[in-house]
Amino acid sequence: MQETKCKCGGNESARKFEKVCHILDSHSREKNKLIPILQEIQAEYRYLPEEVMTFVATCLDLSPARVYGVASFYANFALKPKGKHVVHVCDGTACHVKGSEDIKDALQKRLGLTDDKSTTEDMLFTLEPVSCLGACGLAPVITIDNKVYGQLTPADAVRLIDEVIAKEAE
Amino acid sequence: MENNEFVIVDNREILIENELNLLELIRKANIELPTFCYHSDLSVYGACRLCIVDIEGMGIVTSCSTVPTAGMKVKTNTAELRKMRKMYLELLLANHHQSCTTCLKSDSCKLQDLASRMGVNEVRFKMSEVKMKIDDSCPSIVRDPNKCILCGDCVRACHEIQGIGAIDFINRGSGTTVAPAFNKELKEVDCVYCGLCASVCPTGAITVKQEIDNVWQAINDEKKIVVAQIAPAVRVAIGELFGFDAGILTTGKMVAALKMIGFDKVFDTSFAADLTVFEETNEFLKRRESGKKLPQFTSCCPGWVKYVEQYYSDLLDNLSSCKSPQQMFGAIAKDTLPESYGIDRADLFVVSIMPCSAKKFEAKRPEFNKDGQSDVDAVITTQELGRMIKQAGIQFANILPESLDMPLGFKTGAGVIFGTSGGVSEAVLRYASEKITGIKSDSPDFVEVRGNEGIHVKTVKIGGVELKLAIVSGLKNAGKIAQQVRNGECDYDFIEVMACPGGCVSGAGQPVSSDSKARNLRKQGLYQADKTLQLHKSQDNPYVNKCYQDHLGQVNGPEAHRLLHTKYRSRKRFNDSSFSVFNNPVNEKLQVCICVGTSCYLRGSQKLMQKLIEYVRDNGLEDKVDVRATFCFENCDKGPSVKVGQIEHSKCTYEMLVAEMNKQLSKIVV
Repeated sequence: MQETKCKCGGNESARKFEKVCHILDSHSREKNKLIPILQEIQAEYRYLPEEVMTFVATCLDLSPARVYGVASFYANFALKPKGKHVVHVCDGTACHVKGSEDIKDALQKRLGLTDDKSTTEDMLFTLEPVSCLGACGLAPVITIDNKVYGQLTPADAVRLIDEVIAKEAE
Repeated sequence: MENNEFVIVDNREILIENELNLLELIRKANIELPTFCYHSDLSVYGACRLCIVDIEGMGIVTSCSTVPTAGMKVKTNTAELRKMRKMYLELLLANHHQSCTTCLKSDSCKLQDLASRMGVNEVRFKMSEVKMKIDDSCPSIVRDPNKCILCGDCVRACHEIQGIGAIDFINRGSGTTVAPAFNKELKEVDCVYCGLCASVCPTGAITVKQEIDNVWQAINDEKKIVVAQIAPAVRVAIGELFGFDAGILTTGKMVAALKMIGFDKVFDTSFAADLTVFEETNEFLKRRESGKKLPQFTSCCPGWVKYVEQYYSDLLDNLSSCKSPQQMFGAIAKDTLPESYGIDRADLFVVSIMPCSAKKFEAKRPEFNKDGQSDVDAVITTQELGRMIKQAGIQFANILPESLDMPLGFKTGAGVIFGTSGGVSEAVLRYASEKITGIKSDSPDFVEVRGNEGIHVKTVKIGGVELKLAIVSGLKNAGKIAQQVRNGECDYDFIEVMACPGGCVSGAGQPVSSDSKARNLRKQGLYQADKTLQLHKSQDNPYVNKCYQDHLGQVNGPEAHRLLHTKYRSRKRFNDSSFSVFNNPVNEKLQVCICVGTSCYLRGSQKLMQKLIEYVRDNGLEDKVDVRATFCFENCDKGPSVKVGQIEHSKCTYEMLVAEMNKQLSKIVV
């Protein structure tokens, strides 16, 4: 039996299943509320586990293929578990011109990641390129857990990651 | 009220007559606008953009999604429109895996046809180089996403006509593909293999799996006796592949072609359909006497059977226990023919020629396998037989008809009309009426059960007995009726279900046809074939009667049950795993799995689970018990299903669950 547990690191008994039911009930189990339901489930799990999507489909009388279709359409829905810290590397036009590729390469190298593998084995980091963070004046930009860092060199970016790792080690 | 409102199409006045969209109206003007995504049976999608027209004051719009209004001035063929259509096709081709010479759909590909019609003789764009995985996991259907043009016909057909939605669009933008849920393979999801998606697919992106090579191999094997059974709907459709109109009966030519190809004997599935009528009608009349397991559903259609197993397993007892005619034929052939030919059972090779993709799956079901040998060794479709005839170079139009072999080639008209929706019911009524009244009837027809609607309800009076019938085609319609039965909201006696709209005549294995016209012609062809046969009632078939005397004994008797009846099982919709409710690491804990699949969910498994979670928490058992939500123990008719440790409980109540859990916990502590 495959395990697909939440990796959010909480220690108390996570009341996930109840939570899913609660989310469904709060939207009166209406199928046209699928997107807000998925958003709230993602807020709870940090991604959308397959089994939960099947359960949601069952409860809303939708086909699982339709639920997966919606979930896979939006870039903001994660279909794989994400790491504890989410790093976004902006690759919009301004950042791209200012060398965001090099930052991405440096971070991937530091974390042992590739374009196909975006989350570290220890589930500590997820690295994702994004199209634009809307902070072009600060290019090149990355965010770590939604905090923005601008005008970086590849070395700066790696140092920021090292700081997070050091903090985690404490 | 007289309607004299017109649309001007290319300077001609065309009367508006309740057309839902401009495209249908333009067709009335004898102009065939190009389209991929418009199907009259499906909702309007407007994705392929090929049916564009130029309307004065509106500009260029898609005609499929525009409502005709009086005085509209429409141009269908301007230089600009031609240029745009050509460009759209070029773009589609640039994204299309152009392996046309080796593609199965090559002779009926709409993309190829339209590209040629629109004069696309070069593609100026760079070909996409991404190769996606071909899914040939299931026995019936092959998906090749590299050939998909994203018209969405398959997605809408599965959703709107079959009510299943096994496939949908996934991802977005240039990454968009059509795939089953979670990008799984077809065999892992709730697809019933009806093949409607393959029927509507304009390209070779979804096709019916081919078994021709296995058949050639058996034919070339000198040790093997190869026999064919021809399903009813094939005889009125195969001619279409060789220039005949739909509905023209070509049984004799087909027999001759099969013999030329190298088949040793050619028989008729309609013989087995007559046999089915004996078994199924007597089963029905017995149920009616006892008042149990009613209504009785037919079980001829393998797509429908899989559908019931997945979605309505609580109604499995209502399904006739009769095998389908294909499998009855297989069982009888393997049981009787080896002896009469003086060969080993293993050397008899039974090939079905079917209008259907799901029959391929049915033939591979373990229930129809004896000692590792299938009752039916290979299933080929009407289209595949057409291909074999062409491979052998046989001039189908010119060859002289030959007759079917005896005894399994002899049938009555009742066995032939099985191929259309309403046919099984009529055949059963022809048998039941004589059985009930005890009087031989000279006019066997029950035309009132023939209809084109997806749900056709009729009450038939025989003697003093009233029988309420529902004749259903299309699984979405079938789902509606099954739900009524589940809720106890209807009082039908007998329900015939075919997965394909109109029945087997429009199966996925039939020659490609773009409209329902061919379907109706094939249907008429079958009724015509019934008319021209000498016998019309299954009970009059002398060879079926002889088969009972020599082999089967009593109708519905033990030997008949052994060979002609089967069992069904609950089937899970998805191959998937469980998820843990508590977030503690799992080791040495008692696992309690509660099914939250559809059936168990409807029977209250969610409440059961919530109460259990509270109990575990209130009693501080979180580190001793791991509560998991799982999907389906394939025991759906007895839900809610739970599994405590290794022990499964059906129809589980909260008290039972807590008692079992505490019992096992006390053992662990000791």
